[in-house]
Amino acid sequence: MKPPHMGDIGGRFRRFRSRLGGSAEPEADDVWKAIQLARHAERPYPLDYIARLMPDFEELHGDRLQGDDHAIVAGIGRYHGRPTVVIGQQKGRDAEERVFRNFAMSGPGGYRKAMRVMELAEKLRAPVVTLIDTPGAFAGAQAEINGQGGAIAQSMQTMMRLRVPSIAVIVGEGSSGGALALGVADRVVMLENSTYSVISPEGASAILWRDAGKAQLAAAAFKPTAANCYRWGVADAVVPEPEGGAHTDHDEAARLLDGYLSRTLRNLIAIPDADRVRQRRDRFRRLGAYRELPTGGTAIVVGVDDPRPAPGS
Amino acid sequence: MARRQIHVSIDRLRGQRDEPAPRPQKLPSDDRACPTCASTFRAEEMRHNLNVCAACGYHWPVGGRERVAQLSDDGAYDELWTELRAADPLRFVDIQPYPRRVEAAEAKGTTEALVCADARIGGRPCVIAVMDFSFLGGSMGSVVGEKFARACERAADRGVPLVTVSASGGARMQEGVLALMQMAKTIVGFEVLRDAGVPVIVVLAHPTTGGVWASFASVGDVTYAEPGALIAFSGPRVIEQTTREKLPEDFGRAESQLSNGHVDAVVDRRELSGRIGRLLGILEQPPPATASLAMSLAQNGTERAARMAQALPSIPRRLRQRVLGGEPPADGGPR
Ligand SMILES: [Zn+2]
Repeated sequence: MKPPHMGDIGGRFRRFRSRLGGSAEPEADDVWKAIQLARHAERPYPLDYIARLMPDFEELHGDRLQGDDHAIVAGIGRYHGRPTVVIGQQKGRDAEERVFRNFAMSGPGGYRKAMRVMELAEKLRAPVVTLIDTPGAFAGAQAEINGQGGAIAQSMQTMMRLRVPSIAVIVGEGSSGGALALGVADRVVMLENSTYSVISPEGASAILWRDAGKAQLAAAAFKPTAANCYRWGVADAVVPEPEGGAHTDHDEAARLLDGYLSRTLRNLIAIPDADRVRQRRDRFRRLGAYRELPTGGTAIVVGVDDPRPAPGS
Repeated sequence: MARRQIHVSIDRLRGQRDEPAPRPQKLPSDDRACPTCASTFRAEEMRHNLNVCAACGYHWPVGGRERVAQLSDDGAYDELWTELRAADPLRFVDIQPYPRRVEAAEAKGTTEALVCADARIGGRPCVIAVMDFSFLGGSMGSVVGEKFARACERAADRGVPLVTVSASGGARMQEGVLALMQMAKTIVGFEVLRDAGVPVIVVLAHPTTGGVWASFASVGDVTYAEPGALIAFSGPRVIEQTTREKLPEDFGRAESQLSNGHVDAVVDRRELSGRIGRLLGILEQPPPATASLAMSLAQNGTERAARMAQALPSIPRRLRQRVLGGEPPADGGPR
């Protein structure tokens, strides 16, 4: 990924506008379709990918403080010849499991479990892969008392400091700080039909429209598709899914993800640790879009990255 | 649960929430009535009391610049980066277009929801970054993230502490996922401070919620909270809606968060500047050996040593002033 240059800001501004306007914007219906696919009841979840990518996997339990948060699964497995840590947000397949997993909405204990396993990764020099799929961090009284906000922030700090390579994959819906807590990686990639947003469409509907029924409208406004996140520089790559969506063929979905992960981990491992940490920081330091008013001139937009080709495989 | 050390009583908070403020009869336009005890104050009294009720201690919100002035010695500060303004990367429209919301907020005089400045507190230079709740609910968008990161980098470069005050409903929805990314950007800023060994003091004002609490605000080196401030990732209303739990009145308030272990102290606004000034004194590193040698020579009245001190680039500006006395150097910097 090329860093943005300070020169040619006007040109970048024009390209930025054109990229985000007109035909580049997916229709509202397409956005809603992506949201439904990202939440499809048969979509592969982290444990489905893990079973296919690393048959030898040891799941680890507990945050060593107060319990085991089942919304987050974490462990270490053998992946392409080396120990690799995987942390994922796990939804339930049926009604009972959904409750057991708390709909993949973890409390602080989930993030503390994640951090504990990341420390293991540091010790073993094992790469870290996170698989993100959550409507958000859990909103509950005990979660607040136990430090939900601090746990999310600390998880970001831990990931920002990791000296081992890391890849965050949005496999389903990535919503709010609950998703970002596991998303501060060297590479952030999204599956073709996944979504990544500041809030779930339902949450936005209630807050911005003061009406629980405007989720579809909210989704169209946020446009949280993989293609858009790639254009904004939030995602570094988009990993293709089987025709019709990942739910149609879990094996093929895992194979496509494996292709990206193995290649990218190989590349990341080749980068010296200190450089990788610095590049990771720079990556997140850059993100955002704002105007800079020069004294007496016209506004320029310091925006997202240089124009990119359409995301592909 | 035992948790006392309460500056604003729960009864007052309850009054503030449930009962409409007792309407005082026809006040001159500048006067304000306390929502909890109904005492009224003139504008200059309010300013003098730092927007705190002199009768009951209720803390009104404070604007960004006003807050910077309250914290700074003699109310003097140099504001930074006012040229950074919100863009509209998503061309976002909810019940109104995002740019119109921004214009309306800008029309009130503040340029964004974060005000940054060079200033001094208790005689010590620092970088101050203060959120302004009156600007779109203090929401954190790209400008807030960028200014916050710059404030961290500036503090690290100069080796002076960062003092930051949060007051925010969380990420700025209208900037979508790019607003979410600003949480990580503030964490990058704190990493820079960590590498530089520069302390950061966080003051949690009402309210500090959502993505701001879940990023920089919860990981300061020393964390103060204002009395009665709501501090939460999910606010009580959201929790009551999702879980149908009935929450106690003081849920998530500064005093509860002190007993929960999430803040170091609840500090009355009228004591805040003094308390931070004292803390900055505790956190200050001893001067480097070369500097202290030059300083002792200078104190012996050796003019050459004074010149030497002037020439040493590694000596912080403030120390150099102490060595040389007189006016601060004319090359800018905080007064
Ligand atoms: Zn009062």
